Amino acid sequence: MDADDLVILEGVRFSHGPRRILDGIDIRIRRGSVTTIMGPSGTGKTTLLRLIGGQLRPQSGRVVVDGEEVPRLPRRRLFELRKRMGMMFQSGALFNDLNVFENVAFPLREHTALPESMIRDLVLMKLHAVGLRGARDLMPSELSGGMARRVALARAIALDPMMIMYDEPFTGQDPITVGVIMQLIRHLNDALGLTSIIVSHDVAEVSAISDRLYVISQGKVLDHGTPQDLERSPSAWVQQFLHGRPDGPIPFHYPAPDYAEDLLGPDAT
Amino acid sequence: MNLLVRLGAWSLGSMQRLGRGSLFLLAVLWRLPGALVQFRLLLGQLYSVGVLTVQIIVVSALSVGMVLGLQGYNTLVDFNAEASLGQVVALSLVRELGPVLTALLFAGRAGSALTAEIGLMKVTEQISAMEMMAVDPLRRVVAPRFLAGVLSMPLLAALFSAVGVFGGYLAGVGLLGVDGGAYWSQMQAKVDFYGDVMNGVVKSVVFGWVATWIAVFEGYDAPPTNEGVSRATTRTVVHTAFAVLALDFVLTAIMFGN
Ligand SMILES: Nc1ncnc2c1ncn2[C@@H]1O[C@H](COP(=O)(O)OP(=O)(O)O)[C@@H](O)[C@H]1O
Ligand SMILES: [Mg+2]
Repeated sequence: MDADDLVILEGVRFSHGPRRILDGIDIRIRRGSVTTIMGPSGTGKTTLLRLIGGQLRPQSGRVVVDGEEVPRLPRRRLFELRKRMGMMFQSGALFNDLNVFENVAFPLREHTALPESMIRDLVLMKLHAVGLRGARDLMPSELSGGMARRVALARAIALDPMMIMYDEPFTGQDPITVGVIMQLIRHLNDALGLTSIIVSHDVAEVSAISDRLYVISQGKVLDHGTPQDLERSPSAWVQQFLHGRPDGPIPFHYPAPDYAEDLLGPDAT
Repeated sequence: MNLLVRLGAWSLGSMQRLGRGSLFLLAVLWRLPGALVQFRLLLGQLYSVGVLTVQIIVVSALSVGMVLGLQGYNTLVDFNAEASLGQVVALSLVRELGPVLTALLFAGRAGSALTAEIGLMKVTEQISAMEMMAVDPLRRVVAPRFLAGVLSMPLLAALFSAVGVFGGYLAGVGLLGVDGGAYWSQMQAKVDFYGDVMNGVVKSVVFGWVATWIAVFEGYDAPPTNEGVSRATTRTVVHTAFAVLALDFVLTAIMFGN
């Protein structure tokens, strides 16, 4: 095992009931890097993050985070480990009964006994880092989608974690917000010495800010490497995905009976 | 045959659900002492579960009490026994209508809200986010709500009975001319504190546990989708109604059966 790897997935298999979602995934995430896991919707990217966070357990294979076997950790140790992981959910997942300030203060209040003045300073620092110090009194329902994600980001870094996971941070955002979030991810990673894992299918955005990319589909890693490596990937599937071609190894048509036969009806044959 | 298979599948499913619900209840009970410590959270929930239900309880109790007064009078007057109106109204409310109707109204007003609230926290990944922040959602989200429901129900049922008795007074004494002194003195003489009032309180405590348990479990167990939550909300109201009515029969048979 390489001590430079913060997260290691080895031969991870996971099924929801009878449905195999991940079928032998190997991923290594280097400390200090920004790594993106790409794949079409429904391939199990969110599932992968939940496995890393210990919310799900693989049926087989290893999930190692910072030297600890996540699926084997007892609850208390798992919770200790999670305090060192931040996660930004797809929807932001802000607590809608708390305002922006209290959302960011939440992990601090739950896990530290800091005096109120210190909590205030820390929250304002985190909010300042995402540019929303002025929005501290707003309720989540008053935020735009992009602002909500930035508050979620501030909350995720409240406890100064060693790593942070982003679940589709760009999906459904306007171009300016996408630019802001891209910059924040890279900047926070480097300034705070984090390790970042992004799950996304926005090829151009993640290529610009990631050190390494993984492409997964149908439960397997198809290819991985630097963005430049993947540009030259021999896999037709990866090429189709990266360039967004409508047809290729992934057919445009959902499996269906023969078109002419379908139109003419069963009686015609 | 097909029917038999489906019946079997249905009962297996129900048993499995009951099992999961029981484990869930144990896990919540385990965290109740923690919920007592989080006093501000508990207060907030007492407000939204209890205080916000007061209005519907008062309005319903007043009208139920007045109807009891009118109907009771019509029957009693045939036997020249209208002086017993206070006793009839009070016993109906304290023994049966107070606890049962309060539980049904509670399911509609507070129970459904609890289910929807917890279910939506799942849909919007707030529960997951909490887990990822190493905060136990059973302690932080479910336990205070459960405790608030359990504490509120007996108080709401007592309020229902008190307001209902007053409604009976308005109808019987105010409208129909029953003697006011008789209304109260008959009630005082014939309603037994242990036999009637305490049994009613026991009922409302039991209903409080069951109604709140169903509400928080349905919310926590709902599939994290929009239709999952809307179905769970409906189920809370329907299942609570069934459970409360069935339990009421059992409890009544035990308490007043001999
Ligand atoms: N609790 C669950 N039960 C059954 N299937 C699930 C569950 N959660 C997710 N799935 C299925 O697993 C697959 C992967 O889901 P997910 O990890 O959310 O994909 P992605 O994030 O890549 O879009 C999806 O097809 C989804 O339908
Ligand atoms: Mg997803």
